[in-house]
Amino acid sequence: MQLFALVDCNNFYVSCERVFQPSMEGRPVVVLSNNDGCIIARSNEAKALGFKMGDPYHLNKEKIRKNKVVVFSSNYALYGDMSRRVMDTLEGYARDVEVYSIDEAFLNLQGFEHRGLTDYARRVRASVRQCTGIPVSVGIGPTKTLAKIANRLSKKMPDAGGVFNMLETDADRMLEQVEVGDVWGIGRQWAGWLTEQGIRTALDLKRADQKAIRSRMTVVGERIVSELNGISCLPLEMAAPPQKGITVSRSFGRHLSELPPIKEALLQFVSRAGEKLRRQNLMAQRLTVFLMTSPFAAGQPFYSRSMTCRLILPTDYTPDLIDSAVPLLEKMYRRGLSFQKCGVMLLDLVPAVRHPVDLFDGRDHGRQARLMKAVDAINAEHGARKIHFGDIGWNRPQWAMRASFRSPRYTTRWEELPVVN
Amino acid sequence: MVSVLSIHPPAPKKPFSRPLFLSVVAAGFPSPADDHLERDLDLHELLIARPAATYYVRLSGDSMKDAGLYDGDILVVDRSIEPSHRDIVVAVLDGEFTVKRLCKRDGLVQLQPENSRYPSITIGQERDLVIWGVVTGSVRQFKK
Repeated sequence: MQLFALVDCNNFYVSCERVFQPSMEGRPVVVLSNNDGCIIARSNEAKALGFKMGDPYHLNKEKIRKNKVVVFSSNYALYGDMSRRVMDTLEGYARDVEVYSIDEAFLNLQGFEHRGLTDYARRVRASVRQCTGIPVSVGIGPTKTLAKIANRLSKKMPDAGGVFNMLETDADRMLEQVEVGDVWGIGRQWAGWLTEQGIRTALDLKRADQKAIRSRMTVVGERIVSELNGISCLPLEMAAPPQKGITVSRSFGRHLSELPPIKEALLQFVSRAGEKLRRQNLMAQRLTVFLMTSPFAAGQPFYSRSMTCRLILPTDYTPDLIDSAVPLLEKMYRRGLSFQKCGVMLLDLVPAVRHPVDLFDGRDHGRQARLMKAVDAINAEHGARKIHFGDIGWNRPQWAMRASFRSPRYTTRWEELPVVN
Repeated sequence: MVSVLSIHPPAPKKPFSRPLFLSVVAAGFPSPADDHLERDLDLHELLIARPAATYYVRLSGDSMKDAGLYDGDILVVDRSIEPSHRDIVVAVLDGEFTVKRLCKRDGLVQLQPENSRYPSITIGQERDLVIWGVVTGSVRQFKK
Protein backbone atom coordinates (compact mmCIF):
# COMPACT_ATOMS: atom_id res chain seq x y z
CA MET A 1 0.00 0.00 0.00
CA GLN A 2 1.16 3.52 -0.75
CA LEU A 3 1.79 5.95 2.06
CA PHE A 4 2.23 9.69 1.73
CA ALA A 5 2.90 12.52 4.12
CA LEU A 6 2.22 16.12 3.17
CA VAL A 7 4.50 18.42 5.17
CA ASP A 8 3.81 22.11 4.97
CA CYS A 9 5.27 25.09 6.82
CA ASN A 10 2.94 27.15 8.99
CA ASN A 11 2.68 30.76 7.81
CA PHE A 12 5.99 30.23 6.02
CA TYR A 13 7.12 33.77 5.19
CA VAL A 14 6.23 35.02 8.65
CA SER A 15 7.96 32.03 10.23
CA CYS A 16 11.15 32.77 8.27
CA GLU A 17 11.20 36.32 9.60
CA ARG A 18 10.61 35.08 13.16
CA VAL A 19 13.63 32.75 13.08
CA PHE A 20 15.91 35.79 12.88
CA GLN A 21 13.73 38.21 14.84
CA PRO A 22 12.44 36.10 17.74
CA SER A 23 10.76 39.09 19.36
CA MET A 24 8.14 38.76 16.58
CA GLU A 25 6.79 35.59 18.20
CA GLY A 26 3.26 36.05 19.47
CA ARG A 27 2.80 39.35 17.64
CA PRO A 28 0.58 40.15 14.65
CA VAL A 29 2.88 40.11 11.59
CA VAL A 30 2.14 40.47 7.87
CA VAL A 31 4.35 40.11 4.79
CA LEU A 32 3.66 42.15 1.65
CA SER A 33 3.87 41.15 -2.00
CA ASN A 34 6.26 42.60 -4.59
CA ASN A 35 6.10 46.39 -4.54
CA ASP A 36 4.50 46.28 -1.10
CA GLY A 37 1.18 45.80 -2.85
CA CYS A 38 -0.87 43.41 -0.79
CA ILE A 39 -0.70 41.00 2.13
CA ILE A 40 0.60 37.57 1.14
CA ALA A 41 1.34 36.11 4.56
CA ARG A 42 -0.11 36.60 8.04
CA SER A 43 0.78 35.29 11.47
CA ASN A 44 -2.06 33.63 13.42
CA GLU A 45 -2.36 36.81 15.49
CA ALA A 46 -2.81 38.88 12.33
CA LYS A 47 -5.39 36.39 11.04
CA ALA A 48 -7.29 36.79 14.30
CA LEU A 49 -7.41 40.55 13.72
CA GLY A 50 -9.26 39.91 10.48
CA PHE A 51 -6.54 40.54 7.89
CA LYS A 52 -7.17 38.43 4.78
CA MET A 53 -4.87 37.07 2.10
CA GLY A 54 -4.59 39.65 -0.68
CA ASP A 55 -5.73 42.67 1.38
CA PRO A 56 -4.12 45.75 -0.23
CA TYR A 57 -1.54 47.37 2.03
CA HIS A 58 -2.46 50.99 1.33
CA LEU A 59 -6.10 50.35 2.22
CA ASN A 60 -5.15 48.83 5.59
CA LYS A 61 -2.44 51.19 6.87
CA GLU A 62 -4.64 52.65 9.59
CA LYS A 63 -5.79 49.26 10.89
CA ILE A 64 -2.17 48.07 10.85
CA ARG A 65 -1.00 51.09 12.82
CA LYS A 66 -3.80 50.89 15.38
CA ASN A 67 -3.15 47.19 16.08
CA LYS A 68 0.64 47.58 16.09
CA VAL A 69 0.97 44.99 13.33
CA VAL A 70 4.55 44.42 12.19
CA VAL A 71 4.99 44.74 8.40
CA PHE A 72 7.66 43.07 6.28
CA SER A 73 8.32 43.38 2.55
CA SER A 74 8.82 40.00 0.92
CA ASN A 75 12.39 38.75 1.24
CA TYR A 76 12.53 35.97 -1.32
CA ALA A 77 16.29 35.53 -1.00
CA LEU A 78 15.67 34.50 2.61
CA TYR A 79 12.53 32.45 1.97
CA GLY A 80 14.14 30.54 -0.88
CA ASP A 81 17.15 29.63 1.24
CA MET A 82 15.04 28.61 4.26
CA SER A 83 12.86 26.50 1.97
CA ARG A 84 15.96 24.69 0.74
CA ARG A 85 16.96 23.99 4.33
CA VAL A 86 13.53 22.61 5.20
CA MET A 87 13.51 20.34 2.13
CA ASP A 88 17.08 19.16 2.81
CA THR A 89 16.05 18.22 6.36
CA LEU A 90 13.04 16.27 5.06
CA GLU A 91 15.23 14.27 2.67
CA GLY A 92 16.61 12.36 5.60
CA TYR A 93 13.17 11.11 6.57
CA ALA A 94 11.71 9.50 3.46
CA ARG A 95 12.58 7.48 0.38
CA ASP A 96 11.56 10.31 -1.91
CA VAL A 97 10.60 13.92 -1.38
CA GLU A 98 8.57 15.85 -3.94
CA VAL A 99 8.99 19.57 -3.43
CA TYR A 100 5.50 20.76 -4.31
CA SER A 101 5.89 24.48 -3.59
CA ILE A 102 8.16 26.80 -1.65
CA ASP A 103 6.72 25.57 1.63
CA GLU A 104 5.15 22.15 0.93
CA ALA A 105 6.51 18.73 0.19
CA PHE A 106 5.11 15.23 -0.26
CA LEU A 107 7.06 12.42 1.38
CA ASN A 108 6.92 8.85 0.10
CA LEU A 109 6.62 6.69 3.18
CA GLN A 110 5.92 3.42 1.42
CA GLY A 111 7.43 0.51 3.29
CA PHE A 112 7.31 2.22 6.65
CA GLU A 113 5.61 0.41 9.51
CA HIS A 114 2.03 1.55 9.96
CA ARG A 115 2.38 1.42 13.70
CA GLY A 116 4.45 4.32 14.90
CA LEU A 117 3.84 6.47 11.81
CA THR A 118 2.32 9.24 13.89
CA ASP A 119 5.31 9.23 16.23
CA TYR A 120 7.59 9.29 13.21
CA ALA A 121 5.74 12.31 11.89
CA ARG A 122 6.21 14.04 15.25
CA ARG A 123 9.96 13.38 15.00
CA VAL A 124 10.02 14.89 11.49
CA ARG A 125 8.19 17.94 12.79
CA ALA A 126 10.56 18.33 15.74
CA SER A 127 13.61 17.89 13.53
CA VAL A 128 12.56 20.59 11.07
CA ARG A 129 11.78 22.91 13.95
CA GLN A 130 15.15 22.30 15.54
CA CYS A 131 17.28 22.55 12.40
CA THR A 132 15.54 25.49 10.75
CA GLY A 133 13.27 27.07 13.35
CA ILE A 134 10.28 26.64 11.02
CA PRO A 135 7.09 25.08 12.47
CA VAL A 136 5.42 22.58 10.13
CA SER A 137 2.26 20.49 10.02
CA VAL A 138 2.18 16.90 8.82
CA GLY A 139 -0.73 14.99 7.30
CA ILE A 140 -0.51 11.26 6.56
CA GLY A 141 -2.66 9.20 4.23
CA PRO A 142 -2.67 6.36 1.69
CA THR A 143 -3.01 8.86 -1.17
CA LYS A 144 -1.74 12.39 -1.83
CA THR A 145 -5.27 13.79 -1.74
CA LEU A 146 -5.98 12.22 1.65
CA ALA A 147 -2.58 13.35 2.96
CA LYS A 148 -3.51 16.91 1.96
CA ILE A 149 -6.81 16.65 3.80
CA ALA A 150 -5.04 15.16 6.83
CA ASN A 151 -2.64 18.12 6.80
CA ARG A 152 -5.58 20.52 6.81
CA LEU A 153 -7.12 18.67 9.72
CA SER A 154 -3.83 18.74 11.67
CA LYS A 155 -4.11 22.54 11.65
CA LYS A 156 -7.79 22.64 12.54
CA MET A 157 -7.62 20.29 15.51
CA PRO A 158 -5.78 21.94 18.41
CA ASP A 159 -5.13 18.60 20.14
CA ALA A 160 -3.44 17.12 17.09
CA GLY A 161 -0.09 18.69 17.95
CA GLY A 162 0.58 19.50 14.30
CA VAL A 163 0.26 15.91 13.07
CA PHE A 164 -2.74 14.02 11.70
CA ASN A 165 -2.78 10.43 10.46
CA MET A 166 -5.80 9.43 8.34
CA LEU A 167 -5.05 5.76 8.96
CA GLU A 168 -5.57 6.10 12.68
CA THR A 169 -8.98 7.69 12.59
CA ASP A 170 -12.44 7.01 11.31
CA ALA A 171 -11.66 8.49 7.86
CA ASP A 172 -15.29 8.88 6.83
CA ARG A 173 -16.17 10.88 9.92
CA MET A 174 -13.28 13.23 9.12
CA LEU A 175 -14.18 13.54 5.43
CA GLU A 176 -17.68 14.54 6.46
CA GLN A 177 -16.25 17.68 8.05
CA VAL A 178 -14.42 18.80 4.92
CA GLU A 179 -16.29 20.89 2.36
CA VAL A 180 -16.04 19.54 -1.17
CA GLY A 181 -14.48 22.83 -2.37
CA ASP A 182 -11.58 22.30 0.04
CA VAL A 183 -10.57 19.00 -1.55
CA TRP A 184 -7.28 19.28 -3.46
CA GLY A 185 -8.03 19.79 -7.15
CA ILE A 186 -11.66 20.89 -6.75
CA GLY A 187 -11.82 24.49 -7.94
CA ARG A 188 -14.67 26.93 -7.56
CA GLN A 189 -16.48 25.92 -10.72
CA TRP A 190 -16.52 22.22 -10.00
CA ALA A 191 -17.40 22.89 -6.36
CA GLY A 192 -20.43 24.84 -7.57
CA TRP A 193 -21.64 22.04 -9.84
CA LEU A 194 -21.00 19.34 -7.23
CA THR A 195 -22.94 21.23 -4.57
CA GLU A 196 -25.84 21.53 -7.00
CA GLN A 197 -25.76 17.76 -7.37
CA GLY A 198 -26.00 17.39 -3.60
CA ILE A 199 -22.30 16.56 -3.19
CA ARG A 200 -21.34 18.96 -0.39
CA THR A 201 -18.60 17.22 1.56
CA ALA A 202 -15.49 15.20 0.80
CA LEU A 203 -17.38 12.15 2.06
CA ASP A 204 -20.16 12.77 -0.46
CA LEU A 205 -17.55 13.00 -3.21
CA LYS A 206 -15.87 9.80 -2.04
CA ARG A 207 -19.20 7.98 -2.37
CA ALA A 208 -20.19 9.61 -5.67
CA ASP A 209 -20.79 7.59 -8.80
CA GLN A 210 -17.45 7.59 -10.63
CA LYS A 211 -18.99 7.42 -14.10
CA ALA A 212 -21.10 10.50 -13.48
CA ILE A 213 -18.08 12.34 -12.12
CA ARG A 214 -15.97 11.31 -15.10
CA SER A 215 -18.48 12.56 -17.65
CA ARG A 216 -18.54 16.06 -16.16
CA MET A 217 -15.11 16.41 -14.56
CA THR A 218 -13.01 14.23 -16.92
CA VAL A 219 -10.47 11.70 -15.77
CA VAL A 220 -8.98 14.33 -13.44
CA GLY A 221 -12.15 14.37 -11.38
CA GLU A 222 -12.37 10.59 -11.44
CA ARG A 223 -8.82 10.38 -10.06
CA ILE A 224 -9.77 12.63 -7.16
CA VAL A 225 -12.65 10.30 -6.28
CA SER A 226 -10.35 7.26 -6.45
CA GLU A 227 -7.80 9.01 -4.26
CA LEU A 228 -10.48 9.82 -1.69
CA ASN A 229 -11.25 6.10 -1.67
CA GLY A 230 -7.67 5.27 -0.82
CA ILE A 231 -6.56 4.27 -4.32
CA SER A 232 -3.40 6.15 -5.18
CA CYS A 233 -3.46 7.55 -8.74
CA LEU A 234 -0.99 10.40 -8.38
CA PRO A 235 2.58 9.24 -7.97
CA LEU A 236 5.29 11.46 -6.56
CA GLU A 237 6.58 13.76 -9.30
CA MET A 238 10.31 13.82 -9.04
CA ALA A 239 10.96 15.93 -12.14
CA ALA A 240 9.27 19.23 -12.93
CA PRO A 241 7.21 19.11 -16.15
CA PRO A 242 8.87 21.02 -19.01
CA GLN A 243 7.90 24.66 -19.09
CA LYS A 244 5.63 25.94 -21.83
CA GLY A 245 6.65 29.58 -21.54
CA ILE A 246 8.77 31.90 -19.46
CA THR A 247 7.39 35.26 -18.39
CA VAL A 248 9.25 37.97 -16.52
CA SER A 249 7.52 41.19 -15.64
CA ARG A 250 7.09 43.56 -12.72
CA SER A 251 5.11 46.65 -11.94
CA PHE A 252 7.39 49.69 -11.75
CA GLY A 253 8.05 51.15 -8.32
CA ARG A 254 6.54 54.36 -9.60
CA HIS A 255 4.83 55.17 -12.90
CA LEU A 256 7.22 55.99 -15.76
CA SER A 257 6.58 58.31 -18.71
CA GLU A 258 10.02 58.40 -20.33
CA LEU A 259 11.22 55.61 -22.61
CA PRO A 260 14.82 55.13 -21.33
CA PRO A 261 13.92 53.86 -17.83
CA ILE A 262 11.24 51.57 -19.27
CA LYS A 263 13.84 50.18 -21.66
CA GLU A 264 16.18 49.61 -18.71
CA ALA A 265 13.50 47.63 -16.95
CA LEU A 266 12.78 45.55 -20.04
CA LEU A 267 16.48 44.73 -20.49
CA GLN A 268 16.54 43.44 -16.91
CA PHE A 269 13.49 41.29 -17.50
CA VAL A 270 14.85 39.91 -20.79
CA SER A 271 18.16 39.06 -19.09
CA ARG A 272 16.36 37.26 -16.30
CA ALA A 273 14.18 35.39 -18.78
CA GLY A 274 17.31 34.39 -20.70
CA GLU A 275 18.86 33.01 -17.50
CA LYS A 276 15.78 30.91 -16.80
CA LEU A 277 15.82 29.65 -20.38
CA ARG A 278 19.44 28.54 -20.22
CA ARG A 279 19.00 26.98 -16.79
CA GLN A 280 16.47 24.60 -18.32
CA ASN A 281 18.47 24.02 -21.48
CA LEU A 282 15.75 25.46 -23.70
CA MET A 283 15.53 27.91 -26.59
CA ALA A 284 12.69 30.19 -27.57
CA GLN A 285 11.09 30.56 -30.98
CA ARG A 286 8.67 33.34 -30.19
CA LEU A 287 8.95 36.47 -28.05
CA THR A 288 6.20 38.77 -26.78
CA VAL A 289 6.61 42.16 -25.12
CA PHE A 290 3.76 43.90 -23.34
CA LEU A 291 3.37 47.38 -21.92
CA MET A 292 0.53 48.96 -19.98
CA THR A 293 -0.63 51.92 -17.97
CA SER A 294 -2.51 51.51 -14.70
CA PRO A 295 -6.19 50.62 -15.15
CA PHE A 296 -6.95 52.84 -12.12
CA ALA A 297 -5.03 55.97 -13.11
CA ALA A 298 -7.25 59.04 -13.21
CA GLY A 299 -6.86 61.46 -16.09
CA GLN A 300 -5.68 59.06 -18.75
CA PRO A 301 -7.28 56.23 -20.69
CA PHE A 302 -6.16 52.68 -19.94
CA TYR A 303 -3.51 51.67 -22.49
CA SER A 304 -2.39 48.09 -22.82
CA ARG A 305 -0.55 46.62 -25.78
CA SER A 306 1.43 43.55 -26.61
CA MET A 307 3.43 42.62 -29.69
CA THR A 308 4.93 39.31 -30.69
CA CYS A 309 7.70 38.37 -33.04
CA ARG A 310 8.92 35.03 -34.28
CA LEU A 311 12.50 34.09 -33.56
CA ILE A 312 13.20 32.29 -36.81
CA LEU A 313 16.38 30.83 -35.40
CA PRO A 314 15.57 29.37 -31.95
CA THR A 315 17.79 31.08 -29.42
CA ASP A 316 18.81 31.42 -25.78
CA TYR A 317 21.35 34.14 -26.50
CA THR A 318 20.44 37.24 -24.50
CA PRO A 319 21.75 39.78 -27.03
CA ASP A 320 19.46 38.24 -29.68
CA LEU A 321 16.50 38.33 -27.28
CA ILE A 322 17.24 41.98 -26.53
CA ASP A 323 17.54 42.83 -30.23
CA SER A 324 14.07 41.38 -30.79
CA ALA A 325 12.42 42.79 -27.68
CA VAL A 326 13.52 46.45 -27.76
CA PRO A 327 12.04 47.38 -31.19
CA LEU A 328 8.69 45.94 -30.06
CA LEU A 329 8.76 48.15 -26.98
CA GLU A 330 9.65 51.22 -29.03
CA LYS A 331 6.69 50.56 -31.32
CA MET A 332 4.27 50.35 -28.40
CA TYR A 333 5.57 53.32 -26.39
CA ARG A 334 3.50 56.53 -26.51
CA ARG A 335 4.51 60.01 -25.33
CA GLY A 336 2.35 61.61 -22.70
CA LEU A 337 1.27 58.40 -20.99
CA SER A 338 2.33 57.21 -17.57
CA PHE A 339 3.15 53.50 -17.61
CA GLN A 340 2.80 51.05 -14.75
CA LYS A 341 4.23 47.79 -16.03
CA CYS A 342 6.02 46.00 -18.83
CA GLY A 343 7.18 42.46 -19.40
CA VAL A 344 8.52 39.83 -21.74
CA MET A 345 7.27 36.32 -22.55
CA LEU A 346 9.40 33.66 -24.21
CA LEU A 347 7.25 31.08 -25.99
CA ASP A 348 7.38 28.01 -28.21
CA LEU A 349 10.19 26.60 -26.14
CA VAL A 350 12.28 23.78 -27.56
CA PRO A 351 15.32 21.86 -26.30
CA ALA A 352 18.52 23.82 -26.95
CA VAL A 353 20.37 23.10 -30.18
CA ARG A 354 24.00 24.07 -30.50
CA HIS A 355 24.45 23.49 -34.22
CA PRO A 356 23.14 25.40 -37.26
CA VAL A 357 19.46 24.68 -37.74
CA ASP A 358 19.42 25.41 -41.44
CA LEU A 359 21.55 26.65 -44.35
CA PHE A 360 21.06 30.28 -43.34
CA ASP A 361 22.04 29.90 -39.72
CA GLY A 362 25.44 31.61 -39.68
CA ARG A 363 25.68 32.02 -35.93
CA ASP A 364 28.79 31.02 -34.02
CA HIS A 365 26.97 28.70 -31.62
CA GLY A 366 30.08 27.70 -29.72
CA ARG A 367 31.07 31.29 -28.98
CA GLN A 368 27.56 32.34 -28.01
CA ALA A 369 27.23 29.42 -25.64
CA ARG A 370 30.62 30.12 -24.03
CA LEU A 371 29.83 33.80 -23.61
CA MET A 372 26.49 33.19 -21.91
CA LYS A 373 28.02 30.47 -19.73
CA ALA A 374 30.69 32.94 -18.55
CA VAL A 375 28.15 35.71 -17.91
CA ASP A 376 25.83 33.36 -15.99
CA ALA A 377 28.75 32.06 -13.91
CA ILE A 378 29.93 35.56 -12.96
CA ASN A 379 26.43 36.71 -12.07
CA ALA A 380 25.85 33.57 -10.02
CA GLU A 381 29.06 33.99 -8.05
CA HIS A 382 29.14 37.73 -7.49
CA GLY A 383 25.46 38.51 -7.26
CA ALA A 384 22.93 39.20 -9.94
CA ARG A 385 23.56 41.89 -12.51
CA LYS A 386 27.33 42.07 -11.92
CA ILE A 387 27.66 41.85 -15.69
CA HIS A 388 24.78 42.97 -17.83
CA PHE A 389 23.94 43.81 -21.39
CA GLY A 390 23.30 47.31 -22.60
CA ASP A 391 22.13 50.20 -20.57
CA ILE A 392 20.80 48.80 -17.33
CA GLY A 393 20.70 51.44 -14.61
CA TRP A 394 23.06 51.25 -11.63
CA ASN A 395 22.05 51.37 -8.00
CA ARG A 396 18.57 52.72 -7.62
CA PRO A 397 17.02 52.65 -11.09
CA GLN A 398 13.80 54.61 -11.37
CA TRP A 399 11.72 51.55 -11.97
CA ALA A 400 13.11 49.51 -9.06
CA MET A 401 10.61 47.71 -6.89
CA ARG A 402 9.46 49.24 -3.64
CA ALA A 403 10.41 47.10 -0.69
CA SER A 404 10.36 49.53 2.19
CA PHE A 405 10.19 46.94 4.94
CA ARG A 406 12.49 44.18 3.71
CA SER A 407 14.53 42.43 6.38
CA PRO A 408 18.22 41.60 5.79
CA ARG A 409 19.13 38.59 3.63
CA TYR A 410 20.44 36.83 6.72
CA THR A 411 21.57 33.61 5.06
CA THR A 412 22.72 34.70 1.60
CA ARG A 413 24.71 37.91 2.04
CA TRP A 414 27.87 38.25 4.13
CA GLU A 415 27.09 41.94 4.74
CA GLU A 416 23.63 41.08 6.07
CA LEU A 417 24.35 38.34 8.62
CA PRO A 418 22.41 38.49 11.87
CA VAL A 419 24.41 40.32 14.55
CA VAL A 420 24.56 38.98 18.11
CA ASN A 421 26.10 40.49 21.23
CA MET B 1 26.40 -24.43 -9.39
CA VAL B 2 25.94 -20.86 -8.19
CA SER B 3 22.70 -19.99 -6.48
CA VAL B 4 21.38 -16.52 -5.85
CA LEU B 5 20.99 -15.87 -2.14
CA SER B 6 19.54 -12.39 -2.28
CA ILE B 7 19.35 -9.36 -4.48
CA HIS B 8 19.94 -5.85 -3.21
CA PRO B 9 19.36 -2.65 -5.15
CA PRO B 10 22.36 -0.30 -5.05
CA ALA B 11 22.00 2.21 -2.22
CA PRO B 12 21.46 5.64 -3.78
CA LYS B 13 24.40 7.83 -2.86
CA LYS B 14 25.66 11.19 -3.93
CA PRO B 15 28.20 10.90 -6.75
CA PHE B 16 31.77 10.75 -5.50
CA SER B 17 34.01 12.44 -8.00
CA ARG B 18 37.66 11.60 -8.34
CA PRO B 19 40.05 13.30 -10.68
CA LEU B 20 40.87 11.10 -13.62
CA PHE B 21 44.43 12.25 -13.98
CA LEU B 22 46.34 14.54 -11.69
CA SER B 23 48.86 15.40 -14.33
CA VAL B 24 48.83 15.31 -18.11
CA VAL B 25 51.11 12.53 -19.24
CA ALA B 26 53.69 14.32 -21.31
CA ALA B 27 56.58 12.69 -23.07
CA GLY B 28 56.29 9.54 -21.01
CA PHE B 29 56.74 10.98 -17.48
CA PRO B 30 53.87 10.10 -15.16
CA SER B 31 54.06 11.91 -11.82
CA PRO B 32 54.99 9.66 -8.90
CA ALA B 33 52.25 11.45 -6.96
CA ASP B 34 49.49 10.15 -9.25
CA ASP B 35 48.89 7.11 -7.11
CA HIS B 36 48.24 9.32 -4.07
CA LEU B 37 45.40 11.44 -5.36
CA GLU B 38 43.84 13.74 -2.77
CA ARG B 39 40.95 16.20 -2.84
CA ASP B 40 41.39 19.92 -2.34
CA LEU B 41 41.11 21.09 1.26
CA ASP B 42 37.72 22.66 1.73
CA LEU B 43 37.00 24.99 4.66
CA HIS B 44 33.29 24.39 4.16
CA GLU B 45 33.78 20.68 4.72
CA LEU B 46 35.88 21.38 7.82
CA LEU B 47 33.48 23.78 9.49
CA ILE B 48 30.05 22.50 8.51
CA ALA B 49 28.65 19.14 9.54
CA ARG B 50 24.99 19.68 8.61
CA PRO B 51 24.60 22.43 5.99
CA ALA B 52 20.81 22.62 6.30
CA ALA B 53 21.07 23.38 10.02
CA THR B 54 24.19 25.60 9.95
CA TYR B 55 24.08 29.39 9.95
CA TYR B 56 26.62 32.19 10.17
CA VAL B 57 26.16 35.09 12.57
CA ARG B 58 28.41 38.06 13.22
CA LEU B 59 29.61 38.74 16.76
CA SER B 60 29.38 42.23 18.15
CA GLY B 61 31.13 43.39 21.34
CA ASP B 62 33.75 41.83 23.61
CA SER B 63 31.72 39.79 26.09
CA MET B 64 33.33 36.55 24.85
CA LYS B 65 36.93 37.71 24.34
CA ASP B 66 38.43 35.33 26.88
CA ALA B 67 37.11 32.45 24.77
CA GLY B 68 38.89 33.86 21.73
CA LEU B 69 35.77 35.31 20.12
CA TYR B 70 36.14 38.95 19.15
CA ASP B 71 34.04 41.76 17.78
CA GLY B 72 33.47 41.22 14.06
CA ASP B 73 34.12 37.46 14.08
CA ILE B 74 31.83 35.20 12.08
CA LEU B 75 30.44 32.40 14.25
CA VAL B 76 29.43 29.07 12.78
CA VAL B 77 26.20 28.01 14.49
CA ASP B 78 24.69 24.53 14.29
CA ARG B 79 21.04 24.25 15.29
CA SER B 80 20.91 20.47 15.08
CA ILE B 81 23.21 19.81 18.05
CA GLU B 82 21.74 19.26 21.53
CA PRO B 83 23.39 21.91 23.70
CA SER B 84 25.57 20.55 26.49
CA HIS B 85 27.14 21.99 29.59
CA ARG B 86 30.06 24.33 28.67
CA ASP B 87 28.99 24.72 25.03
CA ILE B 88 29.14 28.23 23.59
CA VAL B 89 25.62 28.94 22.38
CA VAL B 90 23.54 31.55 20.61
CA ALA B 91 20.56 32.04 22.88
CA VAL B 92 17.37 34.07 22.68
CA LEU B 93 16.75 35.83 25.96
CA ASP B 94 13.57 37.90 26.27
CA GLY B 95 13.39 38.06 22.47
CA GLU B 96 17.01 39.18 21.93
CA PHE B 97 20.01 37.23 20.62
CA THR B 98 23.07 36.74 22.79
CA VAL B 99 26.23 34.59 22.65
CA LYS B 100 27.38 33.07 25.93
CA ARG B 101 28.78 29.90 27.46
CA LEU B 102 26.00 27.62 28.67
CA CYS B 103 26.30 26.19 32.17
CA LYS B 104 23.81 23.50 33.16
CA ARG B 105 24.47 21.92 36.53
CA ASP B 106 22.27 20.55 39.30
CA GLY B 107 19.15 21.94 37.72
CA LEU B 108 20.65 25.44 37.49
CA VAL B 109 20.99 27.12 34.09
CA GLN B 110 23.40 30.01 33.63
CA LEU B 111 24.65 32.00 30.66
CA GLN B 112 28.22 33.03 31.29
CA PRO B 113 30.21 35.69 29.48
CA GLU B 114 33.94 35.22 28.88
CA ASN B 115 34.96 38.66 30.07
CA SER B 116 35.18 39.70 33.72
CA ARG B 117 33.51 43.03 32.94
CA TYR B 118 30.21 41.31 32.17
CA PRO B 119 27.80 39.66 34.65
CA SER B 120 26.71 36.07 34.58
CA ILE B 121 23.00 35.53 33.85
CA THR B 122 21.03 33.00 35.90
CA ILE B 123 17.93 31.71 34.17
CA GLY B 124 15.04 31.48 36.59
CA GLN B 125 11.59 30.04 36.00
CA GLU B 126 10.16 33.35 34.94
CA ARG B 127 12.69 34.06 32.19
CA ASP B 128 12.13 33.08 28.64
CA LEU B 129 15.23 31.29 27.30
CA VAL B 130 15.56 29.45 24.02
CA ILE B 131 18.84 28.02 22.73
CA TRP B 132 18.99 29.05 19.07
CA GLY B 133 22.07 26.99 18.21
CA VAL B 134 25.52 25.80 19.31
CA VAL B 135 28.64 27.68 18.18
CA THR B 136 30.91 25.06 16.64
CA GLY B 137 33.57 27.32 15.17
CA SER B 138 34.52 30.85 14.24
CA VAL B 139 36.13 32.64 11.34
CA ARG B 140 38.32 35.67 11.61
CA GLN B 141 39.92 37.53 8.70
CA PHE B 142 42.97 39.75 9.13
CA LYS B 143 43.26 40.88 5.58
CA LYS B 144 40.64 40.98 2.82
